[in-house]
Amino acid sequence: MLEALSEKLESIFKKLRSRGILTEEDIDAALKEVRLALLEADVNFRVVKDFIQSIKAKSVGKEVLESLTPGQQVIKIVNGELCELLGGTGAKIHLSPNPPTVIMMVGLHGSGKTTTSAKLARLFKKEGRRPLLVASDLQRPAAIDQLTTLGKQLDVPVFSSKEIKDPVALCDGAVRKARLEAQDIVILDTAGRLHIDEGLMKELKDIKARVNPKETLFVADAMTGQDAVNIAKNFNEQVGVDGIILTKMDGDARGGAALSIRAITGKPIKFIGTGEKIEMLEPFHPDRIASRILGMGDVLSFIEQAEKAYDRKEAEKLQEKILGESFTFEDLKEQLKKIRSMGPLENLLSMIPGIGKVKNVSVDEKEFVKIEAVINSMTKAERGNYSLINGSRRRRIAAGSGTTVTDVNRVIKQYVEMKKMLKMFKGKKGMRMPKTLPF
Amino acid sequence: MGFFDKLKEGLAKTRKGFIGKVEAIFTGKKIDDLTLEELEETLIMSDVGTKATAEIVEFLREKAKKGEIRNSDTVREFLKQEMAALLGSSQPLVITGERPFVILTVGVNGVGKTTTIGKLAGRFVSEGKSVLLAAGDTFRAAAIEQLEIWAKRADAQIVKHQSGSDPAAVAFDAIEAARSRNTDVVIIDTAGRLHTKSPLMEELKKMRRVIDKSLPGAPHETLLVVDATTGQNALRQAEIFHEAVEVTGIALTKLDGTAKGGIVFAIRKELRIPIRLIGVGEGIEDLRDFDSKEFVEALFS
Repeated sequence: MLEALSEKLESIFKKLRSRGILTEEDIDAALKEVRLALLEADVNFRVVKDFIQSIKAKSVGKEVLESLTPGQQVIKIVNGELCELLGGTGAKIHLSPNPPTVIMMVGLHGSGKTTTSAKLARLFKKEGRRPLLVASDLQRPAAIDQLTTLGKQLDVPVFSSKEIKDPVALCDGAVRKARLEAQDIVILDTAGRLHIDEGLMKELKDIKARVNPKETLFVADAMTGQDAVNIAKNFNEQVGVDGIILTKMDGDARGGAALSIRAITGKPIKFIGTGEKIEMLEPFHPDRIASRILGMGDVLSFIEQAEKAYDRKEAEKLQEKILGESFTFEDLKEQLKKIRSMGPLENLLSMIPGIGKVKNVSVDEKEFVKIEAVINSMTKAERGNYSLINGSRRRRIAAGSGTTVTDVNRVIKQYVEMKKMLKMFKGKKGMRMPKTLPF
Repeated sequence: MGFFDKLKEGLAKTRKGFIGKVEAIFTGKKIDDLTLEELEETLIMSDVGTKATAEIVEFLREKAKKGEIRNSDTVREFLKQEMAALLGSSQPLVITGERPFVILTVGVNGVGKTTTIGKLAGRFVSEGKSVLLAAGDTFRAAAIEQLEIWAKRADAQIVKHQSGSDPAAVAFDAIEAARSRNTDVVIIDTAGRLHTKSPLMEELKKMRRVIDKSLPGAPHETLLVVDATTGQNALRQAEIFHEAVEVTGIALTKLDGTAKGGIVFAIRKELRIPIRLIGVGEGIEDLRDFDSKEFVEALFS
């Protein structure tokens, strides 16, 4: 995600960093490249213009040019401006003091409203709330079926009706029902519509007037181009938007639409969709995304993901093992399982500083399955003491795991190397990440 | 309303921004750096992209230097020519003698694949052809139901499996069924997938292999559906889908909004893939042949 832009900026700033003294021309040249990078990232032309102007004004001051590290200063300014443009800190969904809290999802066709509605419902359910999904997209064929299926998967009730043909009446009915049945969150999945379709935009206004949603969330595709500004502006001016959800952030779109929409509406980006699976919705952290754009990696998100998978006691136990040199195949297997439970590896790797710039990091998840299979085919004794594994045992393990002896050899070799590396950590003060992962 | 009117109407909103500005830029002005900068803005705002824009602007600068362009009219003619040339000659989707003629439809999530298939089926049926749809999106909830509704609307047959089943098997069965029923056209739906998800792109490659195995030479058309609202990422999409399944044509959807779809210039130029169809509305009749001359004409008239 966004790697391409960070790559560009990184190379520009590398040039800046390597210089002791910057002239105004140097900064101009760098900003020209920043401008192109942002335009290629689909940030709106006018937004870019303002952005560059504001950076320039702050960069050419004496304190920057005469400071000891002018390049760093400029990077700091760009980063700060980017953060500001993306909005201060992450915003939450406001809950209504008198339940139910009604949330209305609006946006163009195919932006991901239905999927995101279900993802939100899942989040609320996890918090112990009682969400109700409302299938008020009466336009697209099978939209109701789609939401109903997702509701079933989540075990969240879905309000739909084959009789009510008017979305306003349907939403009203749904909110009444929620009140009666003590559902405290109502998520209205409205039909996708063009921002210039006056009739359908009025329909949204009518729904809003009738059910008075606490949050109207504009769902936008992260791949949107220059028109993002028009679309967001129209939805905001006509319907009124309280927050933004950016979807399909797991692609390689540079995500410039995020900057544009945010700049034009002034409304916070609350969540980002990072995958097709129903749990892939994350709170939006402007500071982290800005760092990611600048190629500094999203370490905070990475740590958070890791914390979800590991608990502290386990981590301590692991550390003990590593330091006591009793790291066995059993432990390796556990580790791999943990890592895989943190989500697709490619997503994780893109969060680590430095790795983002390695082009086309593609991780073969099958390799993990193979390693696991090999370990599973070892006896308990073999897992504890790899030196037991002789030629005939290797053949047996290969046959048992459906791999080849070469595969088994490789797994053992990787394990031995890993063990060696872990030993090295022991010698040093504190733990350090190895430069390359051992597998 | 005829095609031209509808396209014009759709593009009129575009034009207001586009040509209106170009005219305002050049009327009564000498062509200098400032006006070229304004032109750059207009092109970039249409998602034409920085590279193609730079080329156009550079070319224009040269022409102006030689004194070949003076007023807004010649600029307009020049831009028209230049942009039509970028798009190449029109190559609409033609059903050749193959029977069944197999069309594989691919694209990222939410671009309008299923809707485009529905409209395409409606068109072929109205031409008197028999059409069979293959519900190859076995992933998204209710995607099969959505295609079923379109099949009913278009009066086409449908072959479907359970949700979650192997899409390649659906494609295989659909071609087998079409062969035994002597159907003219098979259109295969696929699940939307981001081009960055390599396992999903592998799945698509497998589908293509299976299709080719069950009917050598098929698919006869691999249609990439692109949302006109998409920015520069559409080029990446086209590149990677093309690499995976050899895209033979583009369907540009959602042109009835205010997005200009300028990225097709880059797609055409970089990958030489023709734009075949455009979507200008939600009705079954709102799918039109892409005609580069008309497209540019409508954009500039």
